[in-house]
Parts: sequence; structure tokens; C-alpha cells
Amino acid sequence: MISSPAPSQQGPLVGLFVTCLVDLFRPSIGFAAIKLLEAGGARVEAPRAQTCCGQPAYNSGDRKDAAAIARQVVEIFERFDYVVAPSGSCAGMLRLHYPRLLDDDPEYAERAAALAAKSFELTSFLVGVLGVGQVDAAYAGRVTYHDSCSSLRELHVREAPRRLLASVDGLSLIELGESEVCCGFGGAFSVKHPEISGAILDAKVRDILGTGATTVLAGDLGCLMHIAGRLARERAIVEARHVAEVLAGMTEDPAIAAPRQRR
Amino acid sequence: MKGGRGMAKGSQDFKTGVTAALADAALQKALQNVKRGFVVKREAAKAKLPEFDTLREEARAIKDHTLSHLDLYLEAYERKVTESGGEVHYAPGAAEARAIVLKLCKEAGAKLVTKGKSMVSEEIGLNTPLQAAKIEVVETDLGEYIVQLRGERPSHIIAPVIHLTKEAIEADFRRAHQRLPRERRLDQAQYLMAEARTLLREKFLAADVGITGANLLIAETGSSVIVTNEGNGDLTSTLPRMHIVIASIEKIVPTLEDATTILRLLARSATGQEITTYTTFATGPRRDGDADGPAAYHVVLLDNGRSEMLGNEFADMLRCIRCGACLNHCPVYGAIGGHAYGSIYPGPMGAVLTPQLVGIDHARDLPNASSFCGRCEEVCPMDIPLPDMMRAWRERDFARGNPPLSERLLLRLWAYAAKRPGLYHALASTVALYMARRAGARGRLSRLPLLKAWMKARDLPAPQGKTFHKLYARGQRGKRR
Repeated sequence: MISSPAPSQQGPLVGLFVTCLVDLFRPSIGFAAIKLLEAGGARVEAPRAQTCCGQPAYNSGDRKDAAAIARQVVEIFERFDYVVAPSGSCAGMLRLHYPRLLDDDPEYAERAAALAAKSFELTSFLVGVLGVGQVDAAYAGRVTYHDSCSSLRELHVREAPRRLLASVDGLSLIELGESEVCCGFGGAFSVKHPEISGAILDAKVRDILGTGATTVLAGDLGCLMHIAGRLARERAIVEARHVAEVLAGMTEDPAIAAPRQRR
Repeated sequence: MKGGRGMAKGSQDFKTGVTAALADAALQKALQNVKRGFVVKREAAKAKLPEFDTLREEARAIKDHTLSHLDLYLEAYERKVTESGGEVHYAPGAAEARAIVLKLCKEAGAKLVTKGKSMVSEEIGLNTPLQAAKIEVVETDLGEYIVQLRGERPSHIIAPVIHLTKEAIEADFRRAHQRLPRERRLDQAQYLMAEARTLLREKFLAADVGITGANLLIAETGSSVIVTNEGNGDLTSTLPRMHIVIASIEKIVPTLEDATTILRLLARSATGQEITTYTTFATGPRRDGDADGPAAYHVVLLDNGRSEMLGNEFADMLRCIRCGACLNHCPVYGAIGGHAYGSIYPGPMGAVLTPQLVGIDHARDLPNASSFCGRCEEVCPMDIPLPDMMRAWRERDFARGNPPLSERLLLRLWAYAAKRPGLYHALASTVALYMARRAGARGRLSRLPLLKAWMKARDLPAPQGKTFHKLYARGQRGKRR
């Protein structure tokens, strides 16, 4: 289907929630997301006023700052038909936690609930809302897929990335032994409790290496940076990429934590 | 440290405990059994019961209803216990509960007390005052028996010695039971079990008082219910002259029917059994014409902070039926085991309950040591939102200024910037460029001033260079084909 990425004039207007990690570490994921959304018939804008979804504050017990950031996100994104993030974690924050965070704020409670209802993780939005059934991309290799905990358990996203990956030419998917288990990232958790996080990560990396896959994909850059950081430390020859890069056929950039080609 | 013996410790202790646990090869080996023994079996048991999720909703409703009328059900329960010839004692805190049990044991002229497995007894540190009064206390649950031999505390709420390998237990038995022949076989669980059973039999027969916990208390009948797999609970509650049940107030359910709904979830969630080997209902002392049973039956109802939870953000925790599923599915528990938590309630349920028992200032690491992966909530048969409640503890912790200054400062600075997009993007651009340059062609960083601890186990992937917003603003829409 999607060969011409010309943006539709009538398609729904999607606000891309870039996520702070994609903004800072891996913009190519953001551009891959835009390409996929436009190919699926959406018009996409990535408002510059956005920063972060507020999870670092929210999960550290700083409810006041988290609520302030949530109000800011509501203001920036409520004009869109949909809000889409290339992350289950950030989408889960908007979808599930903003309404709770702002439910005692008379000015924002309803707006937060409205925003929540139109906020989605990228792959589930492509499949479930835009009705994208396949992509026009090729990726040679055996890949495995890591479900982020928030995608899996907060948003119940499991089939969408797999369905789209199944349409990628040359790609074969090998499931992890324990795809329900956390990689140990947990945002600030990995910094506050690095030893515990490292032990959980170790088990995840053993699982990944055990599949014999040459690429690990996921829909959340946080997990991917965590996993890729350990794979790189172990000098394992497994590439880590965001699923959007592969689905959009945008894999020219070096994989996460991989060396740069000299230019 | 306040509260019961063996409850949560300070932050330094937690970190020391974690480091020790991760370096303990025997513990790490033993923890593998959690997955084999519990996770796989629970999944299979749940899969065989199509109405599991319906039962979960029913059980939740039963508990919510009961908790919103807890005073009425407690009064009804007490009336029934009294009618059946037993006596109910209310204990506001751990000290009162210990005193009541000690007084009852003294009144019974007890020299030997046998105990069934009871987490409430662990919570209040019951054995110490009894032993100080020259009463011999014998744990009769095999796991608890081993823990007692070792002078330890249980590391799991339903599997007290999940932290031990069979070899370690064999060594404990050889050390503790020196009057038995040296060349006897103890290399398999069945031999260990048989040896403990033989030694415990004489204790069961000689005990003056038997103390058990309760998985459920039934208001309709005044019964206490215990589920066990060894039968030790029955021998503890029926053979001695006095049976003392020690239970926390939230264990109550209105009817027998309600109890069976919860029992159907309990064993499946805990061990993956459809039902435990023994499910024992005890109602009052021996009646005229009964073949056996204790002459006296007492119930000590412990509050210890629970009634406060009824009215705060942790009320949902009172639905907990102590199945241990949240521990078994917790990646943090799986990595460090139970002892590192410093509380007899470890894992996600312990991270919510312990701060209520000892104060958040003494247990702040517990709710903080979670990646919020959410698996605990998913497997909880009582649908308890454990991650949300851990976050609620973090909020209290933060409000009290407990997190380290460096952490609070960083958060403040980050939040300040996150609320000012212009400033934020300028900073993000600078940081991205700095890290990308520092990493160079290597594409990753192995040393960064603020992330030393993170770097121990993993590198940090380097940023691509320019931020998304910088590239987007310039209209450089990536390298599209």
C-alpha cells in the first residue's frame, strides 16, 4: 500500500509527541514515525513547545511538577485530532495517568480526559486507528521484539507491532522466551537502583542472545537504550533499533549504541 | 528502628542487602526456583479456569464490601466466636498482641507452644517474648522450621525458605539434629520432610498451646480458615489444650460462600494448585461429644495500622490475601530475594504495606525500588493497584523531603527546564551535542560524571548529534528515500 508518502489533505491531524528521549538521543525515530503516519494518511505536526511527558517527576513522587507539565502538554496537544508517541511509556502517561493527575483540577480535568482518549502509541495507532495493515519496507535478518511493560500492560499493545513487522520483506521474528518480563530500565529506577536494574537487564540480555536474533526491536527508546547499552558493553553483535525505523525503512543510521561510520 | 522486630531498616541497610544478595551465588541459584515453582504453575492453573477473571471481580467486590462495613462484620464475627465458646481479643498494635498471647500462654501454664505458619506472628515478632518467658516455641511449617533452625526470617510470605538450596537445608539438619545417625540420607526433599515430621511429631503431642494464623475469618460462622499443604496446621490447632488464632482485621469475609470464592483464587495464584492439600475451618473449642479439639479457643485480632489504611490512599491493600503472586512475578524480588527488603513483607505487597507499619521514613527504599513494570498488578488475584500505591508512597516520601539532596536538586532543575520549552530545547541541544562529541565515532559512552553507577553495568548510547526539534525546525526531515 504505502508507496507514496505524500501527506493527505483530509487525513486526521496528528500531534507527534516526540518524547524527550527521542528528541535528545535519536531523532531518526521521530522522523520514521512521521513517515509512517503520513504514509498511513495522517497529517503530522510536532509542536516545538513540547518537552517531556513528566514521568521523571511523577514517578519520583513530585506530583506538583508532574501536574504542571501535564497541563502544559494538554494545552499544546488538545488542538490535534490525535496525539501519537513512538513510546508506550509516554503514551501510557498521557492516556492513563494524566486524567488521574489532573482529576481534581476543575480547569483541566475534562481536558485531560479528552486528551487521554485520543492519545496512542505509534504502532497501535497505525493499525487500530489508521487501519494500516502492512508497510513497504525491507529488513534482512532475524529479529526479536521486546515489549515494553507500559505498552504491554498499560496499553495492551502486543499484536500491532508484530502484525506490521510481519509485512517487512526479509524479516523473520523470533519471540523471546520471556517477553512479559521487564528489562529493568524503569527510567530513574535504573539510576537510583543501578545494581538491581542491572541484574534484571542481565536476564533480559541472556534471553535476547538466546534467540539467536541479530537485531532486537522495541517500541520504546528507554528500554532500547538500556538493552543496547548492555549489549554494547558485552560487545555482543546484536543491533538494537526502534521498531519505527524498520517499519519506515529508515535504517541507514547506525543502530543504537553502534559505532558511527566515519564520513 | 521502630515497630515489630525485623521490620524495615534504613537506606544504607537496603543497599548493603542488595549488594550482598546479588553477589550470593547460592541465593541466585535458589531464586531460579521461583519461576519454575510458581510462575509457570500459576499460569497453567489460571489457564484451566476460564472464570478466573470473573472470580477476581467477585473477590474484589466481596472484600471492598466487607472493608466498607468492617466494624459491623467484626462485631458479627466476634458474636459468633463467643457463641461457639471462644473469645476474641482486640490488639491495636504489635506490643498489645504480643502481651495478649503471652498472657494466654501463661494462663494455660504453657511450657511448649507449637506454631503453624503465620505472617502476622512474624509481623509482630511473637516468638521472642514467649521464649523470654521460658516457653519453648516450635515452628511446625517445614519452611518456618528451617528458618527457625537457622535463626533467620522468612524470605517469602508463602515459601519461607525460597532463598535456600536443598544442600543448605541438608547442612542445617545435620548441624541441628546431631543425635540422628550421620550416614542417613538427606539429599532429597522427601528425606528432609520425613526427618522434620518425625521430630515434630513429639512436639505436636506434647504442646500445651497451638498458635496459627488465619487466611480468612468468616463472620457468618465465627470460623477461622487456614490453608496448608503439610497438615501441620491441623495438628497445631487440634492437639494442644488451647488454640490461639492470630490474624489481622482485614482477613474477615461475610459468609462461607465468600470464603470459597477467595479460596478458589488463593491456591491458584499462590502455588498453582487448584486447592491446597488441607483447607481447615476452626470454629470454637471442642464441644461435648467432639472427638478432639482444644479446650480453649482464642482469636487475637491485630490492627497495627490497618484501620488507618481504611481511610487513606492505601485502602486497596487491605484486599490482599497474601498469595505471594506479586513477589513471584516481580523482577526486583527475583533479583534480590526477600531478605534484602529488610521487612518480613517483601516484594510489591511489602513495598506498600511495610511503610504503613513502620513509617515511610524507615522504609523509603521499598516503594522506590520498583521499575513500575506492572506485572504485580496484572497477576494480583485481588486486583490491587500496587504500582499506583508505591507511587503514592513516593509522593509522601518526596513531600517529607526524604530523597537525597542531589536527587531533589536534579529533579528541580529538570522540572524547571521542562516547564520552559525555549530553555529546555537550548539545554537539550547542548547536552546532545556534548555527549555525541564525547562519544565520537564509538557511538556510546562508558563514563559520565552523573551516571557512574549506571555505567557499571551498561554503556550509554550516544545521541545522534542534533535534537529532533532542531532538525525538525530546519525542515530536515531525515533521510527519506
